[in-house]
Amino acid sequence: MRDVIEGRVWTLGGDVDTDQIISGKYLTIIDPEELKKHVFEIALPEFAEAARPGDIVIAGENLGCGSSREHAPAALKAIGVTAIVADSFARIFFRNSINLGLPAIEVRGVRELFEQGDTARISMSGGTVTNVRTGKSVHFPPLPAHLLELLEVGGLVEKVRLELAHSETPATA
Amino acid sequence: MTGNGHGATLAEKILARASGLEKVVPGQIVDGRVDLAMMHEQGAQTVGPFHEMGAKKVWDPDRVVIAIDHWVPASTEGAAVLHRILRKFAEEQHLPHFYDVGRHGICHQILAEDGWVVQGDLAVGTDSHTNMLGAMGAVAAGIGPTEMAAVLALGRIWLKVPPTVHVRVRGTLGPGVTAKDLVLRVLGEIKTTGATYKAVEFSGPTIERLSMPERFTLCNMTTEMGAKCGMIAPDATTADFLRPIAKHAAHPVHADADAQYERLVEIDVDGMPPMVACPYSPDNVRPLPEVAREHIKVDQVFLGSCTNARIEDLREGAAVLRGHKVAPGVRFIVSPASTKIYQQALDEGLIKEYTEAGAVFTNSSCSACFGGNMGILAPDEVCASSSNRNFPGRMGAKNARIYLLSPAATVASAILGEVADHRSLN
Repeated sequence: MRDVIEGRVWTLGGDVDTDQIISGKYLTIIDPEELKKHVFEIALPEFAEAARPGDIVIAGENLGCGSSREHAPAALKAIGVTAIVADSFARIFFRNSINLGLPAIEVRGVRELFEQGDTARISMSGGTVTNVRTGKSVHFPPLPAHLLELLEVGGLVEKVRLELAHSETPATA
Repeated sequence: MTGNGHGATLAEKILARASGLEKVVPGQIVDGRVDLAMMHEQGAQTVGPFHEMGAKKVWDPDRVVIAIDHWVPASTEGAAVLHRILRKFAEEQHLPHFYDVGRHGICHQILAEDGWVVQGDLAVGTDSHTNMLGAMGAVAAGIGPTEMAAVLALGRIWLKVPPTVHVRVRGTLGPGVTAKDLVLRVLGEIKTTGATYKAVEFSGPTIERLSMPERFTLCNMTTEMGAKCGMIAPDATTADFLRPIAKHAAHPVHADADAQYERLVEIDVDGMPPMVACPYSPDNVRPLPEVAREHIKVDQVFLGSCTNARIEDLREGAAVLRGHKVAPGVRFIVSPASTKIYQQALDEGLIKEYTEAGAVFTNSSCSACFGGNMGILAPDEVCASSSNRNFPGRMGAKNARIYLLSPAATVASAILGEVADHRSLN
């Protein structure tokens, strides 16, 4: 995870639930490369076609409410989205994103600072999200150490892999 | 139970035990030992990460339940593949508690009716409505499939201890007013974000009188409040329900008298009418008599889902249905929550009653609830449903409109062909 993440912004409204991110009819798809063709089909129909690696999604309140489907952040990660920022997140969506190694950053008041196509600059250690066009910033409290550690190693799979490998290594004197 | 001191809430007590700590406080991140892990089709996405983690064995096969429920029997090739991945994984890992086609049911109902979650448990499942099992006096939360891989490998999960919203309910539910109406009323108060990351603990004299099925409905829809878990303190009702079926030993705990709650929501149900959640949010709640006066025509009616498709719900619906027919032009789908309930409905003659009235009575599954299997809505259609979500696109077309109701009101809507108050039927 980079400390400073900069990218083009896609804006979303509030209460965008997982049905609007990946609708129920695509739930049998488990290949993220296939899933990414359908991401935000209901909430932001042009996104799947026009999004590029390095883009950032900025949403209003309660992003990702609804089902526990990991398809939603997995598809965003497959597209190459580098961070998801929102006024607030639904719980499972937030956990899924972090566990996949995709920074999910909760910043009150962030949505109103951005328009579609703006450039955002996020400083993880500084705890700021800045609109490069307007120069306006908002602050967020740094993520808890446990979550930063998860993002640092690249997600939960890698963390558990290291933990299991470590526990299976015989102790040496 | 109204204290605002330094005692622990029910959720804090359970998480303290699960993480082997004397006391935990909201915001603290703990590593909890899992008592029960449940997967449905989304668990197919757990298998990949499980192997990538280098895990060899599931930590405890007796603590893992797999219940396929979204596409039963498989309705697409994609679903068939998901089922096969799970079957193969269950076989390789020697997981005996696999509810395959034929003994299937909605995962939460399976956990409830077979006693997989007991008092004091920490349970996790790959479905957001896992909250339902909090009715056992447990912490039961939905998680994603990658997290489930870590749970299967380690038997543990990181959790942030949630603050608790205390919902205290008093009064008596009137005739024809149900637990569904109560939870919709609470949703209207707390809204879809009001309990995000939080625990919701129900208490009070009204709650104490509720049966377990009613408690399931209540805790089930705390998911729509954004909650990590919804719960009810275990009592004699819980113990009576679980005694003959419990799969492992219980550790019942209760909130301290001076527990520190983040917020108290007081609800008085005396005189409360039936409620309805209107499009496009489960918190867009209005009194049903008011909405019924608008004569909103429906194309489809769905009596099903983990929220309201238990035998009690089917009986409640049948009592309304008796002597009536499904309105012309209305498709009425009834899907019981488990195979056991299907068999009970068969024994009690309910399937005959529903189908003779013009309903489609399907086998047990999530059915029309999630818009990916059957009973899908076309653009501009309207559906009255006993399920739990009415977001845009939930049951099919983006602009289809879904009204969430109690089972009785759902059936009345099928009879009258419009969003209806069952109390107006004779």
